[in-house]
Amino acid sequence: MKLASRHLLGIEGMTADEITLILDTAESLAQVSRREVKKVPALRGQTVINFFVEPSTRTRSSFEVAEKRLSADTLNFSPSTSSLVKGETLADTARNLEAMAPDFIVVRHSEPGAPHMLAKICQSAIINAGDGPHEHPTQALLDAFTLRQKKGRLGGLRVAIIGDILHSRVARSNILLLRTMGAEVVVSGPPTLLPREIERQGVSVARRIEEAVEGADAIMMLRIQLERQTRGFFPTLREYFRLYGLTAERVAHARSDVVIMHPGPINRGVEIASEVADGPWSVILEQVTNGIAVRMAVLYLLAGGGEEAA
Amino acid sequence: MPKPRKPEASAPAPVPIMDAAKIRRTLSRIAHEILERNRGTSELALVGIQSRGVPMARRLAELIRGIDGVLVPVGLLDINLYRDDLSLSAEQPVLRKTEIPFPLTGRIVVLVDDVLFTGRTIRAALDGLVDLGRPRAIQLAVLVDRGHRELPIRADYVGANVPTSLRESVEVRFEETDGEDGVRIVPALEPPAATRAGKARG
Repeated sequence: MKLASRHLLGIEGMTADEITLILDTAESLAQVSRREVKKVPALRGQTVINFFVEPSTRTRSSFEVAEKRLSADTLNFSPSTSSLVKGETLADTARNLEAMAPDFIVVRHSEPGAPHMLAKICQSAIINAGDGPHEHPTQALLDAFTLRQKKGRLGGLRVAIIGDILHSRVARSNILLLRTMGAEVVVSGPPTLLPREIERQGVSVARRIEEAVEGADAIMMLRIQLERQTRGFFPTLREYFRLYGLTAERVAHARSDVVIMHPGPINRGVEIASEVADGPWSVILEQVTNGIAVRMAVLYLLAGGGEEAA
Repeated sequence: MPKPRKPEASAPAPVPIMDAAKIRRTLSRIAHEILERNRGTSELALVGIQSRGVPMARRLAELIRGIDGVLVPVGLLDINLYRDDLSLSAEQPVLRKTEIPFPLTGRIVVLVDDVLFTGRTIRAALDGLVDLGRPRAIQLAVLVDRGHRELPIRADYVGANVPTSLRESVEVRFEETDGEDGVRIVPALEPPAATRAGKARG
């Protein structure tokens, strides 16, 4: 079994079997990070360019660690050092990167579809590390990996996603993945931050957070971009916390074995109370650890993945 | 998971070379040889190479316990991350678990695999093992040595030496992975293609 595409552009279009293959492979790769010699030669001689046009520390570091643990050579290319600020177009920058003959380009960009465009003009395998509000497939995969590790399955789970669903690529990729794997998804957040017709994606909408959390196996909290408040999506941060912040009291509505997830970085006292972020339900730091294994799995499976882009 | 095997309709029939009883006697002999050569079980550990080296290592551990009363530790090793032909294959091999729940350093490790062929699997396994610790010694036990080595590697314990042609493949089945015990030589229909598949690797 192999992945149909030689790129990882999004969860959209992936089958349950492909997702399971990535998660199973990540399971086998997790041990590499627990050993004394945290390195295997699988990608020796391959070059990965981490092309991050939007600031990101944790995703880029996670990719970099994953690449290094597979023995790939890595190069970080980010806007402050790049000629994008000098007015070069994305396509021209990509062609220049391509001229260095990388095997992979990991791209983070504020424009939705930027990785898809690179996939059209580049020979390298493209991995989407977040494209605007569109998708963030490796985040959804690491969330699924963490969830499956904790619950033993994904099908039939009830997952609540709370916060800024409208602008969140994490929510979008997670909804696509969880629905493909047969989980039930309920979202909640300020009405101004819920996409119209979100029910079409097979999720239900809860007006109050308590309703969304009721009986949940997992709660995914989304980071609130503080600048959304100045744009008028909600009145104040305190108000946001009062209505949608995750407190221990609200967690009590979920199943007793609920897990709390967050893609980070967390805003304490905005979307999540400290007692919850640091509480026994929280798997936030395990998500970070699992992110490395999942990204290793994606790189491993895409490496030498044949000439045909299916 | 046992791989479904295609029925060879018009192909020449496979030649059985070991049945369940022969496998049992052979493994029993190897268990005795391991004990004799290492003067007992102290410091001994078995590491099975995924996938059919694993049931074989577990059986050897059971047999050794039957002789010496000591259950030596058994680990599992997946060598795919150490292969030298990863980028050559169109499809990445499925990764299985590597699980060595004991420190390797200072141990005498017996690597266990079903078939010894080119030696490339063993080369990868050696690299994998030394990344996990520093064994005092590494030995190699195989059920079948089919020849055609491409690297300077030999086995310390051999169940059977089976001369083969490159066009044939040796198929080992274990109860645990395939539902039955048996070893047979399968003549290949098409010469090269089959050598990529699981059994022809060595």
